[in-house]
Amino acid sequence: MQLTPLPTPPAAVRVAGVDKAFGDGPSRTPVLRGAALDANRGEMLLLVGPSGCGKTTLLSIIAGTLHADAGEVEVLGQRIDRLRAGQVTRFRARNLGFIFQQFNLIPTLSIAENVSVPLLIQGLRPAKAERRARELLGRVGLGDKVHLRPAKLSGGQQQRVAIARALVHDPPLVICDEPTSSLDSENGRQVMDILRSIARDPNRCVLIVTHDNRTYHYADRMAEMEDGVIRRVLASPAEIAAAHAPQDGLGVTNLTAHR
Amino acid sequence: MLRLALKMLFGDHAKYLMLISGITFATLLMTQGAALFCGIMSWTFSPLRNMRAHVWVTDPKVEQVNDSKPLRDTDILRVRSVEGVAWAAALYQGYNQARLVDGTFKFVTLVGLDSTTLAGAPAEIAEGRLDDLRLPNTVIIDEFGVQRFSEGRGRPVGVGDSFEINDREARIVGICRTARSFTGGPFVFTTYDRIASYVPGQRKLLSFVLVEPAAGVAPTELARRIERETGLRAYTRTEFMWSTIWWYVLNTGIPINVGLIVLIGLVVGVAVSGQTFYSFVLENSRNLAALKAMGASTGILCLMLIVQSLAVGFIGFGIGLGLVSVIGYTVLQLGKVPFLLLWQVPVASLVAVLCISILAAVLGIWRITRLEPAIVFR
Repeated sequence: MQLTPLPTPPAAVRVAGVDKAFGDGPSRTPVLRGAALDANRGEMLLLVGPSGCGKTTLLSIIAGTLHADAGEVEVLGQRIDRLRAGQVTRFRARNLGFIFQQFNLIPTLSIAENVSVPLLIQGLRPAKAERRARELLGRVGLGDKVHLRPAKLSGGQQQRVAIARALVHDPPLVICDEPTSSLDSENGRQVMDILRSIARDPNRCVLIVTHDNRTYHYADRMAEMEDGVIRRVLASPAEIAAAHAPQDGLGVTNLTAHR
Repeated sequence: MLRLALKMLFGDHAKYLMLISGITFATLLMTQGAALFCGIMSWTFSPLRNMRAHVWVTDPKVEQVNDSKPLRDTDILRVRSVEGVAWAAALYQGYNQARLVDGTFKFVTLVGLDSTTLAGAPAEIAEGRLDDLRLPNTVIIDEFGVQRFSEGRGRPVGVGDSFEINDREARIVGICRTARSFTGGPFVFTTYDRIASYVPGQRKLLSFVLVEPAAGVAPTELARRIERETGLRAYTRTEFMWSTIWWYVLNTGIPINVGLIVLIGLVVGVAVSGQTFYSFVLENSRNLAALKAMGASTGILCLMLIVQSLAVGFIGFGIGLGLVSVIGYTVLQLGKVPFLLLWQVPVASLVAVLCISILAAVLGIWRITRLEPAIVFR
C-alpha cells in the first residue's frame, strides 16, 4: 500500500528579490537590494547582521508595516505585497504576533489588559479576552501579577508579558525585534527559553531579528544579512555553532540543550 | 477597545486633569457669560414682566420698553375706540429720585397705574394690599426697594414707612415682588393721577397705553389694527420684548463684552484641550503604532481617540455646568448680578464643548493617519 503524502503547509515566510529605499532624489538611500529569505513553520529563524544592514526594514516588510519597492513577499501563503492596506491590517491581526525591543506595553493598562489587546482587536469580548490573557500570563510565570501595571515589573517580566501578548491569539508567525537587547543575561535567557519552546510548535514560525550573539545558539537556522542582502543562511544548529562560537553571556555551553 | 481607550485616558492622570480643567474652564466661561447675557437681557424688559398687558401702545418712535416718549392723554381715548379693545389703561413709567428720611437719595423707577383699574399692577404683593394705593400719597415698593431703602438704617423699611419724591410724601402701603430693572432702581408703584405731583411739571405724562384684546381677538391682530387706525405704535408683549432685546443688542456694548467672554472661553477650550490632547496622542504615538502593528485599524484608533475626547468633553462640561450652577445660585441669592440660565444656554455650551472635543480628536486623528506602524521596530 502506498501512503499519500500529507499536504505540505506553505512556508511561513517567502521573500524574493525585495528592494527598499528611503528618500527621494539625491538623498535616496537603498536599504534592501534584492533580499531573499525563506522561513518555515516549526522553526526559529534568526536574522542577524550589523546595525544598518536592513534587518529591521526586512522585518517590517514581512510584517506588512512597510511596503517593498519591488519583489515578492509571501507570508503564510499570502502575497501580502498584493493586499490593500486594510487587508494587510486584518491579516496581521489574525496571523502575526509581535515582540518589540522596547516591549511597547501600554503603561496605563494592567498586564492582563495589555495581553488581551490582540484579542480585543479581533473583536473578542473583554471578559473572554482577559480570561485567555490570564492563561497565557500563567504560562509565562506571571499568573500572580495580572493586575499589576507594566511599570511594576522588571524588564524581563515585561518582555514575558509581551510574549504572552504575542501568543494570546495563537498566531502562526511570531515576529521578534531584538527581544533580548534591553535585558540582562538572566532575563535574556528566560525570554529566549520561552521563545525556543514556542518555536517547537510545528505550525508556528518564530522569526527573530537580533544582533545579540548570545542568542545565536537557540536558532534552528540563521540568515546573515549585510548591505541589504542575505549573504548566507546557516541551515542547521551545527552550522551556526561552527560559524559562531558560543558565548558565555547567557551561560550556555551546550548548544543542543536548548532545542 | 473603547474601554481600553478610556483606561488609557484615565490612567494618565496629569493629562486627564489638564484636559478636564481646560474643558471645565471653557464651559464655565461660555455658560457663565451666556447666562450673564441672558440675565442682563431679561432685566431690560422687566417692565413687561412687572406690568402685564397683552398689547402696549407707544409713540411711533419708541423702540424699547425703557424708553418713553409721552403720548397725549387723548390718545388713550383713540385706542379705546379701536374695535377689539376690551379695555385700555394709562401707564406712566419714569425715572426719579426718592429722598429717604435720612436725607439720602435713591434712584427709582416710578410707575403710575390707572387710578380706577390699577391695570398693570404687580402680580405678587408680598405685604400690604394693592387697593391701599387708592389712599392719599401712597406707594407700593418692591423687595429690592426695601433692600435699597434700608441701607444704613437700623431696621428694614416696611409698610407704614415713608419717603419723599419731588418733596411729596410717599407712604409705603405694600411690598411687591418684581423682576429687576435694567436701570438699577427699584420699582415704586403709585397711581397715574398722583404721578403729576411726584414728577416735575411736564406737558404730557402718558408713557404707554396698556391694552387688553376683547375675547376672540388675537393680540397681534389687535396691535396691527391699533397702528392702522391711530398711527401709534402697538406692540404685543412678545414683540415689545424682542424689540427691546434687539435694541440693547444693537445699541449697547453688552453683546460685544459678553461675546468676548464666550469667545475667550471657546479659545481657552480649544487651545488647552486641543494642545493637551494632541500631546497626549504624541506621547502615546509609540503605543498607538504598536496597536496599529498588531492589527488595529486606523478606524478603530480614530474611534478610540473620539471616545477619549468626547469623554473628556462630557466630564469637563458636567463639572463646568455644576460650577456655573453653584455660582448662579450664589449670585441669585445675593440678588445683585443678572443671571439667567435658560435651557438653551447649556445646550449651546455642550455643542461648543463637543466641537472643541471633536477638534481635539481631529488633531489626534490627523497624527494617527500619518503614523507608520513600522516606527515600533525602530
